[in-house]
Amino acid sequence: MSERRAADARAWVVLAYPVAMLGVFFLGPFLIMLAASFYRRIPGGFYEPAFVLDNWKQLLSELFVDRALFSLRVSLLAGWLAVLVAFPFTYALTTMPRRRQVALLVLVLSSLSLSEVIVGFSWSVLLGRAAGISNILVWLGLMDEAEAYAPGFWAVMLGLLSIAFPYCVLTMYPPLSRLDREVTEAAQMLGASPWRTFWTVVVPIARPTIVAGFLLVFVFTLGSYLISAILGRPEHWTVSVFISDQASFNANVPFAAAMALFLTIVSLAIVGAVLWFERRAAAREG
Amino acid sequence: MRALRVVVTAIVVAFLLGPLVVVAVVSINENRYMDFPPEGFSLSWYAQMVTDPAWRAAILRSLVIATASAALAVSIALPLAYALRTYRVRLAPVLYALGILPFMLPPVISALGAQVFWNATGHIGRIENVIVAHAIFFSTLPLITISLAMESMDPSLPEAARTMGADQRTTFRTVTLPLLVPSMVTGFAAAFVLSLNEYIIAFLVAGFSVETLPIKIFNSLRYGFTPTIAAVTVVFILIATTVFSLFAIFGNLLRFLGADPGVLERAEAGR
Repeated sequence: MSERRAADARAWVVLAYPVAMLGVFFLGPFLIMLAASFYRRIPGGFYEPAFVLDNWKQLLSELFVDRALFSLRVSLLAGWLAVLVAFPFTYALTTMPRRRQVALLVLVLSSLSLSEVIVGFSWSVLLGRAAGISNILVWLGLMDEAEAYAPGFWAVMLGLLSIAFPYCVLTMYPPLSRLDREVTEAAQMLGASPWRTFWTVVVPIARPTIVAGFLLVFVFTLGSYLISAILGRPEHWTVSVFISDQASFNANVPFAAAMALFLTIVSLAIVGAVLWFERRAAAREG
Repeated sequence: MRALRVVVTAIVVAFLLGPLVVVAVVSINENRYMDFPPEGFSLSWYAQMVTDPAWRAAILRSLVIATASAALAVSIALPLAYALRTYRVRLAPVLYALGILPFMLPPVISALGAQVFWNATGHIGRIENVIVAHAIFFSTLPLITISLAMESMDPSLPEAARTMGADQRTTFRTVTLPLLVPSMVTGFAAAFVLSLNEYIIAFLVAGFSVETLPIKIFNSLRYGFTPTIAAVTVVFILIATTVFSLFAIFGNLLRFLGADPGVLERAEAGR
């Protein structure tokens, strides 16, 4: 018993610094946000300590509900589209020769490390009227006149996908590369076409991987700020843009704090719910 | 099936490369407007990136923040990952979740949290605020790489050192730590690259006084386009590609990304 306690004491000597850092600089801000969400806002950019529910009530305002639902729809769609392309791509990737895998993964990692502002800028060029896809089409004689595709909903979607897609591939890569090839080989030996093997063997086995990729893209795009600010019109702005605008340009920190806490709860609830369903499904299948 | 594989791969490569190619073309355009096809060839936008004091300051500022915050992130992640694997701590799952959570939540939440936190302390608009906020947010990355390395480490190695009389501290310094260095480097690199590109946290914490490179690019975009943005973008792409290619050459990139060793051998044989 005392040995256990001595080991515990040693562990906490090592843990003191990281836990203190995370406690002060990560949990601390949450407590302050929680307090600030009940503060009274003074027009002009200040707030005073108080206990009012106005900021939380404002979550029901049409403006916020609108933004929140729009963000939710965008993230759900982005999750689906990303998985739809990333899953077959990653599966194909794991069956390629090593050198090609490395080359493609370096490309994926490089685009992953691009800032949102750079991705947004690139797509605004590519989809713009001055130097984009439509100019290439005009140049090739396929189109009469250049057209601008950004800003717009699909421009935002493309931007979000290029931010989230690399993360999705990297989440799916380890489990898919560990997928037991004997299973797919057996299915093909028994006469299943590669196509049929993919749908009836690979996809069911890899369902947790698909769910993980979807969740990642969902949470990731929910937090995206610059893409919708650069590639969208105000009606395409996500909840993150709305929150940070409230905090910086409108100087309404209490309302922004209430929204941020609400977003935390929603993100955790959605991730938790999907994981719970997944675990239950796995348990049922035994 | 084979045809489909080629098509999917081609779509993905085009999708990832497309924007990069256009930006590269714009960056060497002679004229200061975006034109396609480009007119003339000029590297003046690259020169401006280095000679213009505002751009140079933003680049240096971002490099300082990325270096310091990545180092701080590793310093937080290393003892956490080590202690949670070495000792049987009762709160281990909670503490690990605490380390994973910052990066899991939408960054605007951490951003706003850091803003109200520093407002409350009265220490406002300083570069160290951004460094600490980035370190906390990105500490998840080295935590994951170091934890994975701890997990795959042969437990008999530190045990052998202990049996031969080394105390806990010596064992850590001479056996465990050297084995963890590769995972610390990859964790550092990941945090460094992502910090270099991070916008919303830097903006809300000290965006009006500490202009990082992403903030500078976004501000320039707001006031109209300059090809310098494209030049900076190309340099960033080259940095990232170089870093990851070096990983691929000097380390086992596929293994680091989680590929199965057996499958890799087969892929090698199939080549």
